[in-house]
Amino acid sequence: MLESIVHVCLAGLSIGMFIWLVASGLTLIFGVLKVLNFAHGTFYMLGAYLCYWVLGRMGENFWLGLAIGPLVVCAAGFLIERFFLRHVYHLALPYQLLLTFAFVLIFDDAVKILWGAGSLGSPNVPGLSGSISILGRNFPLYSLFMIAVGPLVALAMWTFLERTWWGRIIRASSSDREMAAALGVRVPALYTAVFVLGTWLGALGGGLAVPYVGLLTPGMGEAIIIDAFVVAVIGGLGSLKGAFFGALIIGLLSSFGTRFLPTFDMFLTFILMAAVLLWRPQGFFGEAK
Amino acid sequence: MRRYALPLIACLILAGLVLVGILGSRFTVYITMRVMILAIFALGYNLLLGRTGLLSFGHAAFFAGGSYGAALFFIHVNRHPLLCIAAGIALAIVLSVIIGFFCVRHTEIYFAMLTLAFGMMVFSLIWNMREITGGDDGLVGIARAPISLWLVSISLAKPSHYYFLVMAFFMVSLALVYVIRQSPLGLILSGIRENDKRIEFAGISLKNYRLAAFVISGGFAGLAGALATFLNSNTTPFSAHWTHSAEPVLVSLIGGLQTFMGPVVGSLIYVVLREVIERFTQNWMLWFGIILLIIIMGFRGGVVGSMVSLLGLKNRPDERSEGVSA
Repeated sequence: MLESIVHVCLAGLSIGMFIWLVASGLTLIFGVLKVLNFAHGTFYMLGAYLCYWVLGRMGENFWLGLAIGPLVVCAAGFLIERFFLRHVYHLALPYQLLLTFAFVLIFDDAVKILWGAGSLGSPNVPGLSGSISILGRNFPLYSLFMIAVGPLVALAMWTFLERTWWGRIIRASSSDREMAAALGVRVPALYTAVFVLGTWLGALGGGLAVPYVGLLTPGMGEAIIIDAFVVAVIGGLGSLKGAFFGALIIGLLSSFGTRFLPTFDMFLTFILMAAVLLWRPQGFFGEAK
Repeated sequence: MRRYALPLIACLILAGLVLVGILGSRFTVYITMRVMILAIFALGYNLLLGRTGLLSFGHAAFFAGGSYGAALFFIHVNRHPLLCIAAGIALAIVLSVIIGFFCVRHTEIYFAMLTLAFGMMVFSLIWNMREITGGDDGLVGIARAPISLWLVSISLAKPSHYYFLVMAFFMVSLALVYVIRQSPLGLILSGIRENDKRIEFAGISLKNYRLAAFVISGGFAGLAGALATFLNSNTTPFSAHWTHSAEPVLVSLIGGLQTFMGPVVGSLIYVVLREVIERFTQNWMLWFGIILLIIIMGFRGGVVGSMVSLLGLKNRPDERSEGVSA
């Protein structure tokens, strides 16, 4: 029984860290730009596909794919923010959401054209492909790797935002755009930079997901974006700390749900999301309004 | 001129639809039914989005409520189509009262997220409660029994017969939504969209009116769902999925959020365009995404709104072409 619970916990942690990697970029973009980006799941998908494509060209080197693939997606992020999103910040919510949704449709089909509508198998990651024995049961090594990568990304983001000059500028523009602009911050350029950074995080999550989820499908972005929304909402929209712990909660809830209440695991997630929105709309870690 | 414009347009639509029903090929009749069902869904939905300014991502749940309500009533209680449809609408309304009660506490993004959460709850229930809903298979074999009223009995088995039932519901929905938009209720709803503070200062309960809009649009979604069930003779759990909730939003946006006929024109464009594009290429979503981009970047009034301002027709103040206020 104990072994089983330890394993369910570990699985939950790895699911949580996997969602956190995607939700981090979404939350960063929402926190600064105040735009809920439907296309974030698409960046995740593009990251996965491009990582796969690059490592196919570059002698099956996973780490090279992970380094180059997401950078290519950044170019798409740059073009979207610079030429489209920038022109709808002043508009009402439906227009912003539907603009990002339009890119979901476009890239979903673009991926189908480029790589086919079927699913692609995943590559092996040298050194991380096996499993190790924990309390007498096998646990995939790559999942342990995910559990380690998640907090590292969180730490890197925290250091960047709290301890560097750039991070301070971003936080300043997030809390008061006009004042930051008045003090000489080039806010539009900063918005582009933050959007590209968020895009990179989403694509990195996709790249890291390649060995984790096992196969690539053109619809993979649509499934993950809802998980990322749930996590972002539970933690508090725009709060990175919230997204991190929100992802842990959802990861554990979903692995325990699958283990003990398989019929209702999806239901539980959305009940939690609705309950947080109703009783604590700022989320567990968001600031009260 | 303006006085006669509306009855004239209504008669033209009716005449056109009747002609399609009598002369149209099997395929045209089927496509027109799909347009009308989507239009009913979107007409009701736009009372919430275009009129009240609330973006819901959960209305697929009410569509599915109507769909499954009608199908379950058909299987377990009675096969009379009108009773089944009434049962579907009733279930959709009950669902939207319960869900709306919670959702109208928020606006903007929090409202959108809350409706998404409740909508996906309904989806997961339908998906997992196999014994009742058939799970991922849905409910199948929902046949169209004849409508029997006292002595007469009208067969609906042929699509061209069912067409006239859908058409009747479509015309009634059109009239109802028109009346609601002109009623004090409709005016208060657009007041809420423009400035909810002022409406509240006037002593009007924001929550109750938002809930009213929510439930009315939920009821129309239920009607659309019930009609779709009889058209396809089955139900599918994906009718409750959030991606299906995006459909009425897209359709209203294409047609024009601030116009009465926008959702209808949008539905026509959406369904027909999809059929046309799919003849030439597998990738209709790509082209649709590009069209969506063009509309959002350049023609925010939608097709109807842009036409109105292009032709220089005089706009009433509540039908601005710039869309929902921020």
